[in-house]
Amino acid sequence: MKPEALKELIYKMADDLLILGHRNSEWTGIGPLLEEDIAFSSMAQDKVGQAQNLYQILHSLGESEPDIVAFTRNAPQFHNCQLVELPIGEYDFSLVRHFLFDTADALRWEMLTISSYEPLAQVAKKFQGEIRYHVLHAKTWITQLGSATEESISRLQLALNYAFPFALGIFESSPYEKEIIAEGYFGGEELLKEKWMEKIKSVLNETQLILPDEKIITPVLGGRVGIHTEHLQPLLDEMTEVVALEPHAEW
Amino acid sequence: MVTRDTLLEILESVKDPEIPTVSLVDLGVIYNIEIEESGVVHIQMTPTFAGCPALRFMQFEVERVLTEHGIAHRVEVNFEQAWSSNLVTDRGRERLKSFGLAPPPRFIGEPDLEKLLNKVPCPFCDSVNTDLRNPFGPTLCRSMHYCNDCRQMFEQFKPV
Repeated sequence: MKPEALKELIYKMADDLLILGHRNSEWTGIGPLLEEDIAFSSMAQDKVGQAQNLYQILHSLGESEPDIVAFTRNAPQFHNCQLVELPIGEYDFSLVRHFLFDTADALRWEMLTISSYEPLAQVAKKFQGEIRYHVLHAKTWITQLGSATEESISRLQLALNYAFPFALGIFESSPYEKEIIAEGYFGGEELLKEKWMEKIKSVLNETQLILPDEKIITPVLGGRVGIHTEHLQPLLDEMTEVVALEPHAEW
Repeated sequence: MVTRDTLLEILESVKDPEIPTVSLVDLGVIYNIEIEESGVVHIQMTPTFAGCPALRFMQFEVERVLTEHGIAHRVEVNFEQAWSSNLVTDRGRERLKSFGLAPPPRFIGEPDLEKLLNKVPCPFCDSVNTDLRNPFGPTLCRSMHYCNDCRQMFEQFKPV
């Protein structure tokens, strides 16, 4: 057992889900349609719930309680990819981010169902069922808007061009990548990225959107080792505002 | 020492806090009940959805009811058996319908969502002339539909 490698893997997944869940919850009350407001709120709740369960697994591996881990770390201690901390922007960006991230996440959980670390394999089987709905939602909107009008196509294209280099940061290699693969915890970011590229290409082929050429793009890395944009700390300050008022309150 | 039948009767009284006609046993949330040699009752529960906010409350309720009946117990929540809507019993499905929620359709293998979420029978008038309005709803477990025959909106317990 390589606890540091395992914890690293789970931390980055949990942090991705917590931060993206928080971002997506920012659509609550301001979604462009009532149904979309409900959709993003529901998906955000799923993601935060999944993050909590992953922090619970980390707790069983010796880390602090989920509430402490979620609410008392600062930006350099978070291992989420930079993609998820970016502000929600307009709905076009949020939909594109949702499509890029959730497609990868669904594939990640699929790969994790055969993890040698049993608790991870168990939650993977559970979360797969939930994320199936997220992927359905993303695919539906990208497919519809990606071939609808000049405006919808150009807005999604611009968002895709902007988001794609950040999305490549999802697959930033872990400092423990070799151990993670050798121990059978997870099949690795390289393999995940291959499956992801195939999947997003197949969806985008049904639209008028063009995937940027990976060969000439510089991926935005750093999130996995605590290097973040100027957006993460303000997000954390806001997310922890209530807890910070009275850190020892009983809820 | 309590008998299994009595135990099941007692647990039947613990309902989903938001769907008070359906018990946790019928939902498949309580998925394993064992009476150990010592007489201690071991209950295993599994979350319907990872983000379900009612889970902690449901666990407390199970513990409270067992304590009330003076039954020594050990209640655990884990993911050893991933919850699926297929685990809802026939009685649970009837009770969901009587509450006005379309029960989750059973499926084999991976659910084909595009098929399962469409033409859902209306729990009020049984018509299949219905439309999906939103695969997401007011809680994680529900999707939203509209019946073109009796002209009412209804929710479905999502197949997952």
